[in-house]
Amino acid sequence: MNSERRYPETVSGPFEEPPVRFSDRDDRDIEIRPYDGSEAEYEALAEMYVEFDPSDRAQGIPPGRESRVRTWLDGILAEDCYNLIAWDGDTAAGHSTLVPDGDDDYELAIFVLQEYQEAGIGTHLIESLLGYGDSEGINCVWLTVERWNHAAVSLYEKVGFETTGAESFELEMAIRLAEDD
Amino acid sequence: MNVLVGVGSTNDSPAAIERTIRRAAKVADELTVAICSPDAATDESLAATVTATLEEHDITASTRHVSGQPGSELVDIAESEGFDEIVLAGGQTSPMGKITIDKTVEFVVLNAHTTVTLVR
Repeated sequence: MNSERRYPETVSGPFEEPPVRFSDRDDRDIEIRPYDGSEAEYEALAEMYVEFDPSDRAQGIPPGRESRVRTWLDGILAEDCYNLIAWDGDTAAGHSTLVPDGDDDYELAIFVLQEYQEAGIGTHLIESLLGYGDSEGINCVWLTVERWNHAAVSLYEKVGFETTGAESFELEMAIRLAEDD
Repeated sequence: MNVLVGVGSTNDSPAAIERTIRRAAKVADELTVAICSPDAATDESLAATVTATLEEHDITASTRHVSGQPGSELVDIAESEGFDEIVLAGGQTSPMGKITIDKTVEFVVLNAHTTVTLVR
């Protein structure tokens, strides 16, 4: 989308790789693993996004209507994307995704269902996604975040993202997982 | 109502331009399309999209070409020539599908004293 994007020079990591199992702060057993492409996992994710609180939307995603959720999921669950789902049993509690930007780098997004927020799931979802991306040969990852979303910005900074663009509406942040090839 | 449509933001696709002009035409008594482009080649392809849209949907509009910073030029034209509203394409998205606001749109939204409409 923008080949002039800047990335940090310092390599971050190493990060944990999926699958990851842990007890969250509410003692729920959570397992994070790559999306397996099955209809059952797709439907669980669709259900999570249909239940998603609209006030936690970021820049228009997830979309509000189920049909639009499905169209959006079809795009980001495609073969060239990397997706992790955090499971509480059969319930999708969170999702993190890397989508190619057509420029050899990847855009990252992460969503945690409201009742699973502030339980440590987001940190594992993002760290294991970065570990997953690194193991798949991805060098650089970026994201945009609304500048008032301090909780999200803190999480991204904690794992190593740096602010690379502050001159537009949304803050742009980026992280380097490996030296350029 | 006297409406100024600005086309030529970095990510304006032909479909977005068409959608924006058609939407503006619905509310405009007088419609002007300002083509803002950094170079001659872009200007030519934008102009072709605008002309095709106007012809296909039988919309009457004057077109003009704008050089310089598109955001400030659009605001200046709107204010000095008595436009009531500026209309821009505002639905650009990242690969992830996140809506992004580019610099031209941001400048117009923050600086125009007219109504600004972003078409999605």
